Amino acid sequence: MTHATARDDLLKGLWKDNPVLVQTLGMCPTLAITNSVENGIAMGVATFFVLVGSSVLVSSLRKLIPNEIRITAYIVIIATFVTVADMVLQAVVPVIHKQLGAFIALIVVNCIILARQEAFAAKNTVWRSFLDAVGMGFGFIIALLLMCAIREVLGNGTFLGHSVFGPNYEPWVIMVLPPGGFFTLGFMLLAIAAWSRRKAPRPLRARPHDVTLQTQKAVV
Amino acid sequence: MSEHVHAAATELGPSVSPFKLISTLSVFGAVAGLLIVVVFQATQPAVLRNQAAATAAAITEVLPGGARYQTLFEHDGKLVAEVPAGVDTVPLEKVYTAFDTANERLGYAIIGTEPGFVDNIKLIFGYDAGAKQVLGMLVIEQKETPGLGDKIVKDTAFVNGFTRVATPLRGVKIGAGTGASGEIDMITGATISSRITIGIINHQLERLQPLIEAYEKAGGA
Amino acid sequence: MGDVLWVFVSSMLVNNFTLIMFLGLCPFLGVSNKVETGIRMGLADIFVLVLTAIAVSFLNRFVLVSAPYLRLIAFIVVIASLVQIVEMAIKKLSPTLFRELGIYLPLITTNCAVLGLAMFQTSRGYNFFEGLAFALGGGLGLMLALVLMASIREHLDLASVPSVLKGVGFVLVLAGTLSLAFMGFAGLFTS
Repeated sequence: MTHATARDDLLKGLWKDNPVLVQTLGMCPTLAITNSVENGIAMGVATFFVLVGSSVLVSSLRKLIPNEIRITAYIVIIATFVTVADMVLQAVVPVIHKQLGAFIALIVVNCIILARQEAFAAKNTVWRSFLDAVGMGFGFIIALLLMCAIREVLGNGTFLGHSVFGPNYEPWVIMVLPPGGFFTLGFMLLAIAAWSRRKAPRPLRARPHDVTLQTQKAVV
Repeated sequence: MSEHVHAAATELGPSVSPFKLISTLSVFGAVAGLLIVVVFQATQPAVLRNQAAATAAAITEVLPGGARYQTLFEHDGKLVAEVPAGVDTVPLEKVYTAFDTANERLGYAIIGTEPGFVDNIKLIFGYDAGAKQVLGMLVIEQKETPGLGDKIVKDTAFVNGFTRVATPLRGVKIGAGTGASGEIDMITGATISSRITIGIINHQLERLQPLIEAYEKAGGA
Repeated sequence: MGDVLWVFVSSMLVNNFTLIMFLGLCPFLGVSNKVETGIRMGLADIFVLVLTAIAVSFLNRFVLVSAPYLRLIAFIVVIASLVQIVEMAIKKLSPTLFRELGIYLPLITTNCAVLGLAMFQTSRGYNFFEGLAFALGGGLGLMLALVLMASIREHLDLASVPSVLKGVGFVLVLAGTLSLAFMGFAGLFTS
């Protein structure tokens, strides 16, 4: 394992290893609540809080949690943070809390959080886990904001409630409907895949006839 | 097959005693529960204040110009302004009423919730018991499909159709109305959501109108 | 339209768990490449969903009335235990099935469909039978979405798809088309 620097821990979650766009985790909230930027910000901040809190706690307790029940322990910790986040949201931004509805509770089963506990926080120091969680959390917020921006601007003609195209814009309502969510994320991922392929140097792409030549040589 | 699994399990090393597992989990659970209770106590006042403010705003929307507002509780089959000591008001159905500066009753405001097309629809409507008319309607909560069902909020013609309508309400498709009293034009393409909205008001009035009449007859203050 | 029947049809078609409500997407994107696995996953999901609906009904009526803020933790613990029990039962009754499903069984715990069912059933105040209808309809809808996606993907495996399209992005666009089709169910009932 390479010695990743603290900077790597923090920055990898932002783009290179983005939880939504590269690891394709946390799909449910990304698609469900991204029909307005306001909701996206609230969900992103709540998930960030839960992710960082859980990672720090799991990392601090990692020597005390028996291996057999680790998943259950992680889930209890995550569920506690989510309940706290839910109550705070309800007290501070009641309207957004209502719009997010049951999806706040679904942060518990957001694969990103559990994946980070299992893959990183349980095996690393508190500081590194904290950085990892902050990076992944911000990466999630970035992905959400991208989705929300596209969907709200095209689907509602507004950004954060302010009209972007003026009153004569006929919004593409489909973008704020479920299919729009699938299409937006799908096309975003396709665009990213196409872009990374273009960036990859040619010799690294496997060509079928290269492989056959080698095996033929081995036989001879 | 089971020996295979058993052998694999022992390969992992000595298993931790079940007691340690359960006690660790219990400690976790206890601490978690404690933290949640603490945060709950801290946030509850703000949450209740927000809910009260939202309800007050909704009531003033459907019963504008009120100088004094009052909450009535449905208790024991009657509407009362004061519940007997020790009765928790939270689960009771509430009917709100307003009086103008001359202490004349403006009307009643009633909240109703019923399942809509996607999720529950919650609305408040104003009611004039004397004229038996709906004064106006405001949808407070809905998660209907944008562009379709959510027109019950966005279609101003539909919402305004609830101003000064005789009860019981009847929904009619646009163009099919006969001009009779109590008719509401339903939204094209959102007939189900429209029908449910009208139904919420009718069902609530069916239940509460006798209670309101009895309350007024008993000289409700 | 009877309430229970409406809840069943609504959760299966009109407000399909996966394609409209966005629940259960991890297995949908991960397990939907073979129709057979899709069916098995769907059936396991239906089983867990129905049991969860029953458990949630009882929890809401008898246990959580006095402590609503413990709802989430209680639900998640119950779901984790149910999945554990189902896993042990399948291991005993059909070891082949257990091997086939592999990692996907424990993944049902983190499947948003199950917790989502619990939360929606609570927030909409469904009674016992409505809750059952919700779980059955939702589970069948989930399986339907899985099978539809799996059959498309099986065909795609044999077709010549440009390599740049291979991946989750394309599956999501396909899901979007399916979702669009399912939105047509909004006109299923005009009354």
